[in-house]
Amino acid sequence: MSTTTPTRAPRRTGSRRRLDSSLIVGIALVAVIVIGAVLVGAEGRNFFSAGNIRDILTGMSVLGFVAIGQTLVILCASLDLSVPYVVSLSSLIAAELMAGDPANIPFAVLVVLVVAVLIGLANGLIVTKLKVNGFIATLGTGLIIKGYLDSNYKGTSGEVPWEFQLIGATGVGPVPVSTLIMLAVALLAAFFLARTRTGNHMFAVGGNEQVARLSGIRTARPLIVAHVLCSVTAALAGLLLASRLGVGSPVVGTQGGYDLLSIAAVVLGGTLLMGGRGSIWGTIGGVAIFAVVDNVMSVMQVNPFLKDVVRGVVIVAAVAVYTSRSVDRRRPRFSAGAEPPAQAEPVAAADAPKGGAA
Amino acid sequence: MSAVTSERPSAGARLAALGRTLVSPRGAVFLLLIVLLIAMAVLNPSFAEPSQFIRFVQRVAPVAIVAIGQYFVIVGGEFDLSMGSVVTAQVVIAGNLIGQDEAKSLPVLALMLAFGAFIGLVNGLIVTLLKVPSFIVTLGMMLALLGGTLYWTGGAATGNPADGFREIGRGGIRGIPVIDILPWSVVVLAVVLAAAIWFSKRPFGRTIIALGDNPTTARFSGTRNWWVKTSTFMISSLSATVAGVLLVGYAGVHPSVGRGYEFIAITAVVLGGVVLGGGRGWVVAAAAGAFALEALFTVLNFAGVPSTYRDAVQGAIIILAVAYSATTFRSRRRGRGIEASPDATSPTSPDAATPISPDAANKTSPAPAEERDAPASARPAPIPSTSRADNETKGGS
Repeated sequence: MSTTTPTRAPRRTGSRRRLDSSLIVGIALVAVIVIGAVLVGAEGRNFFSAGNIRDILTGMSVLGFVAIGQTLVILCASLDLSVPYVVSLSSLIAAELMAGDPANIPFAVLVVLVVAVLIGLANGLIVTKLKVNGFIATLGTGLIIKGYLDSNYKGTSGEVPWEFQLIGATGVGPVPVSTLIMLAVALLAAFFLARTRTGNHMFAVGGNEQVARLSGIRTARPLIVAHVLCSVTAALAGLLLASRLGVGSPVVGTQGGYDLLSIAAVVLGGTLLMGGRGSIWGTIGGVAIFAVVDNVMSVMQVNPFLKDVVRGVVIVAAVAVYTSRSVDRRRPRFSAGAEPPAQAEPVAAADAPKGGAA
Repeated sequence: MSAVTSERPSAGARLAALGRTLVSPRGAVFLLLIVLLIAMAVLNPSFAEPSQFIRFVQRVAPVAIVAIGQYFVIVGGEFDLSMGSVVTAQVVIAGNLIGQDEAKSLPVLALMLAFGAFIGLVNGLIVTLLKVPSFIVTLGMMLALLGGTLYWTGGAATGNPADGFREIGRGGIRGIPVIDILPWSVVVLAVVLAAAIWFSKRPFGRTIIALGDNPTTARFSGTRNWWVKTSTFMISSLSATVAGVLLVGYAGVHPSVGRGYEFIAITAVVLGGVVLGGGRGWVVAAAAGAFALEALFTVLNFAGVPSTYRDAVQGAIIILAVAYSATTFRSRRRGRGIEASPDATSPTSPDAATPISPDAANKTSPAPAEERDAPASARPAPIPSTSRADNETKGGS
């Protein structure tokens, strides 16, 4: 009895918060769009022109893929820093295996996905079985992949057939196909989190691994699944980049800074870095905020170095706005946990150090 | 467990204890360092000469200083990803503001220290007052600071500080008998390390560890959490500043001079057995982690491994090192739980440990109602069950 109540509590508050946080992200997104439209309008351009909207949506797609996977991992209170290298690796594998022949597309995609699953599996097993902190584990696997990439590829290689390049090039009206695929993946991930058992367990394990285990969840499985899915979505991002560039590149992932930017987008989307609470749609909102800010700065021709300054300030300011609201929301959960005096206390005690760890 | 240590303080037992410490996660980094240094000496015998060795120490000094700064942030339960950008910013500031005018050295040095402290203050205040996760704050600071620095210089590194200033990083006291030259970097590293050890033994330093271990109990015991945490960020930014001063002499002005320093520092600290999430770790081990990491690179270099594989080997080593300490923690948790936190128990265990252990034995079984009082009263804090719980949350997550 005493063990089941605390487990449900984070989940219940989780669903309530999910609504709230998505709402805040939505408001922030609208605010960013309004400010952006005004700024772009001041330049004498139209923010809502079809071309501009396509630019923004295109900008969303790659980071979107990576951030969807990253959301799952962060929900489980882990991190994945290996994503940029997985992105580069999969773009290279895809381009080399396709070698300009459309008949090779299915095989190449399959190999890329299998490699991604293996990398994710390695990450997940290192985190769960060897008990290595996710930060270090994925930093390590990322470095290993980087070593492989640097040793075996000197520059771009392979060739992507035109049929595959169409994925990155075509669109339905102003909406690129790649963004549609990304949104479909987001929908699948959201469904996975909301409706499947493993998805629900992710919230539980991320919220409090101890309590999750005591209430009968095999805590390793959701974590491993999250890492595998994260690598797979990173591989999808790599495939998309290969289709856009027409070749595979060993530095395309690191140049995009997808590791830290995806984490920033996830946190911007209202997912707690310490795990247990968050949503896919918030992440998509966070990615959209990034895309809009980048787009506005490109239209205004801001100095590329100043762009980084603005990006950094936006990340911190947006998360500050978000957390300053959620600080009040966190209280009820802790006091609710503490009110039945004797039983619920260990939960709060075990939870407290994690609170500082973020 | 406590009985064994109290009955046999003989030489053999001490040697065994030393061996156990070396094999334990806390001491493993020293073992690794010794192995790597021996490997270095075997692969390149001239390395064993004192003058060569001191050059090695000189090269490691900036990394070790950054790792020492990062240690305080990590043991306080946070991250500092902005260190690399701070190093770059300071190097560029030194290059641009000092120029060839040696008289400006001291004022600019003061400005750099003030700037470093200011960056740390901003990081710390945003983390503590606005409650933004430090990962995000320092990530934003990393982007903003690097972007601002590059914008200021127009993307290319310009300027070259006066030779007198560069002397700090590359010069030294000449004419020392055995080692020929004692680089200033080594002196600075020794001073920083000594100051860090002294500081972490002070009540304030211990408060940082307490805060990283459990912010709630730290607050109940009267800590001003916001100030303690902010000060850790100031320490790390200041240490990045010192590293920048050394690097500007050693490596010159370059916009990517600090790139990757934050991850190297975190890797070194973790290699030193410091637990991410805070509350466990020793500053000397963190510095030793930096030495081990650089020694590893040197060994790979001597062994003729292509530099592109260096990353792969580094990745494998850090995973293995952390996995080793994590699994050892798991198997010896009961022992470590008591031993790890209060420093007094391990050397002078007979007096301190015996009264605790029966209590501890009793407290494992009964209801958590008793545990609730425990965090508030300071000394008998290491109740096996609670410390086990947070070991697991930290090692696992």
